[in-house]
Amino acid sequence: MTNDASRIQRELSVRVIRDFIEGTLEENIDRIPIELRPKGGDFSRCCVYKDRAVLKYRLMAILGFRVEDEADETLRPSDYLKLPRPNHTGPVLSVCPVACERCVKSRYLVTNACRGCFARPCTFVCPRQAITVSEHQSTIDPKKCVDCGKCMQVCPYHAIIRVPIPCEEACPVGAITKAEDGSERIDEEKCISCGKCLKACPFSAVMECSQILDVLQAISSGKRVVAMVAPSIEGQFPGTLEQVAEGLRRSGFSSMMEVALGAELTAQNEALEFVERMEKGEPLMTSSCCPACVEAVKRHVPDLLPRVSSTPSPMRYAAQLAKERDPECVTVFIGPCVAKRKEAQNAPNVDFVMTFEELGAWFAAHEIDLAALEGTPFEREASAHARNFAHGCGVTAAVLDEAGTEGSKIDGKYIDGLTPKTMMLLKMYAKGKLPGNFLEMMACEGGCVGGPCVLAKPSGAAAKLMKK
Amino acid sequence: MDNAKKFKVEICLGTTCYVLGAAELAELEEYLPEELADRVDVCGCNCLGLCKNRNFGSAPFVRVDGKEILAKASIDSIIECLKRKLGEVKNDQ
Repeated sequence: MTNDASRIQRELSVRVIRDFIEGTLEENIDRIPIELRPKGGDFSRCCVYKDRAVLKYRLMAILGFRVEDEADETLRPSDYLKLPRPNHTGPVLSVCPVACERCVKSRYLVTNACRGCFARPCTFVCPRQAITVSEHQSTIDPKKCVDCGKCMQVCPYHAIIRVPIPCEEACPVGAITKAEDGSERIDEEKCISCGKCLKACPFSAVMECSQILDVLQAISSGKRVVAMVAPSIEGQFPGTLEQVAEGLRRSGFSSMMEVALGAELTAQNEALEFVERMEKGEPLMTSSCCPACVEAVKRHVPDLLPRVSSTPSPMRYAAQLAKERDPECVTVFIGPCVAKRKEAQNAPNVDFVMTFEELGAWFAAHEIDLAALEGTPFEREASAHARNFAHGCGVTAAVLDEAGTEGSKIDGKYIDGLTPKTMMLLKMYAKGKLPGNFLEMMACEGGCVGGPCVLAKPSGAAAKLMKK
Repeated sequence: MDNAKKFKVEICLGTTCYVLGAAELAELEEYLPEELADRVDVCGCNCLGLCKNRNFGSAPFVRVDGKEILAKASIDSIIECLKRKLGEVKNDQ
């Protein structure tokens, strides 16, 4: 979704890509923070200088470096350009301490809407006697408060609110917490790289390590670079998939491949695997295509791991197809997903990952107007059910289709987005306490189309306007 | 009022505008206040050419009534502009 945070990120990406193409990146990159936040101009944090400092770190992340890895504060973005490229084996998300607002610990707060009423239900309902009334106003003693929230529910004036920490609230697995200085840190052991904190932070302090520069360098060094676009691309750009393919070709990619072609193989093999597992008498099999869910199971519900399908994800199959056709090519997965960056680190055929937001910036920087292009027809279009992998329950539908007569044995269930609550469901599935024998797991609500790095909401309103 | 002229809102769907926010402006119709709802014709248009010359920081661009260009357009700024135009029309009558 567009807001100031995603807008500035996209604008920075456009500038970096554009300067790279024009050969002026090293010369211009240090100017970018100053050009965007000039002296005497508007600022979003406390002053232009802090904004510039954060912009510098954002550039560092766009160049692929983790903010946490900053060893020498005097290094400018142009200095990072001269360093050897990062090997992209570590965590894909990082928290910029300068940008982190150090939100107050999540708590309940009495606002000045409190009338200091006669009934005082808040003081009665509080199990710890943490609320007292003085000078016609309730106050909560934070030392006694246990965050039960009962006072908020009973206040007739809705005067008690809960102040959350957005990133902690969004994390389904409790991986982001406060360090001693109050800023947030991601626990790499717990993190599943789902990217929910990235979207939740209103100060956009969570950043992802981009590989745009690696892709640009691969293209400029004359390599054949294949863009593998995820099925969720439908409705992301004002144009057809054929026009996107032509846009990719004109901006340096050697060809475009639908990851849906890989999804066809995933569906076929997952259906076979399902039948096999059921014949062995196993109670349940889960889907394997969502990397954040697979990580969530590995790290937090290990008992469910034997039930996770071992069929490779559509991305892995697509990359395998691309390398079989052209072993020398460089493969770039392009999707709405942060966790795919992590999955790609262990997928030997996937070289780099880009997001739809980055692809949008890529097209803008290359001044490619998709709507005005003649589309490139495909050799073969992926099947409708493979393209539908991007939507919630799409995987189940495709597997059902592939299973044929065996399909009647499938009792499909669906995890629609990871939250602390659905994590509990996964634990119950692991214990065999819930019905169903095929579980489709999606970390993002609605499936991949609801991913953290989409350009447009799945409604496709813009695509409809174009048809008018 | 029946034959009152409709204001045309053209949302630039060139790639730069689209990426920097026009994708969401497409939902403008759902946010129009009652007084404007049947006075506005929202449509997408091809690149208006305003993002060239390193001016992309001002995207997304929207053209109202064929003349007025809004830079860094938001749903609020479009509605504000339409209200102003509606006021001008009423004053003329």
